[in-house]
Amino acid sequence: MGSAWSERRITRWYVEMFRRVLGKTLGFVGYTIQYGCIAHCAFEYIGEFVVCSGPSMEPTIINHDVVFSERMSRHLCKIQKGDIVIAKSPYDPNMNICKRVIGLEGDKVCTSSPSDLFKTHTYVPKGHVWLEGDNLRNSTDSRSYGPIPYALIRGRVCLKLWPPHSFGTLSESPTKRIIKTQSDSD
Amino acid sequence: MAQQTTAGRRYLRAFVSGFFVAVPVTVTVLDRFAYVARVEGASMQPFFNPEGGSKSDIVLLNRWSVRNYQVQRGDIVSIVSPKNPQQKIIKRVIGLEGDFIRTLGYKNQYVRVPDGHFWIEGDHHGHSLDSNSFGPATWTSSSCHR
Repeated sequence: MGSAWSERRITRWYVEMFRRVLGKTLGFVGYTIQYGCIAHCAFEYIGEFVVCSGPSMEPTIINHDVVFSERMSRHLCKIQKGDIVIAKSPYDPNMNICKRVIGLEGDKVCTSSPSDLFKTHTYVPKGHVWLEGDNLRNSTDSRSYGPIPYALIRGRVCLKLWPPHSFGTLSESPTKRIIKTQSDSD
Repeated sequence: MAQQTTAGRRYLRAFVSGFFVAVPVTVTVLDRFAYVARVEGASMQPFFNPEGGSKSDIVLLNRWSVRNYQVQRGDIVSIVSPKNPQQKIIKRVIGLEGDFIRTLGYKNQYVRVPDGHFWIEGDHHGHSLDSNSFGPATWTSSSCHR
């Protein structure tokens, strides 16, 4: 009689431990899911931190700089000429490119290099943008692969965070490739 | 009186905490896992909207299966239109990168699909805004809203 009673107590103890562990695990999983979803919403709709690599945006952005790119302008269709954007590479969707917007749809862009004698121009088709890096000599951009669809843009770079001595907003285009139209002057 | 205010405050706290759980989870599920959309137009007849008119088919889009950017020929996909970033189009994948396509009404009669692109066409040829108009399409997924 005594041994049956102590067996029941041991079984009940095991069941309680199991229930407690299960409760804690489910609570942990629930919190992970909740914070994971909040993180997704933050990165998708507010902004994300990007580590830039490559020389194509010098001197504005140098190799290994950390910048913050905000997503709201892209979702609200408010990307403008002269903005630096992060976009999906048209040839490899797993890679991102960081370039400056030289022309929006309908704008006139110069396709010849500054050293050419005869300048050729083209108009950016509907729904596309023309991107160029600030380091014209060392950048593969729309001059090689043409205009890219607007929907490939992920976000607009608004702030440089690292290195600390160049913290702050980013400067205007040093290349003077943006052709200003009449409507830009207001 | 004091009991009523604490009950009200409890309900408010429960509502706010529920809100902060439900909205991010719903948004994440709609962005990453599945999305419901209505098919409009006649470009995928007779597969979608076979009768035309006012009845539009409603489809479930599986976002999880394209997270690695891989589709098969014959899959029906929904992308943002390269001509209009505020509009999504639903078409069938005809060719993947590296394939040679004989086009119907495109500027070149034979096209090699470049890397990172694919060729899409609507089932209803002639009534469809697809790669025969704008060329090979790439991985544009979310549209912008004005």
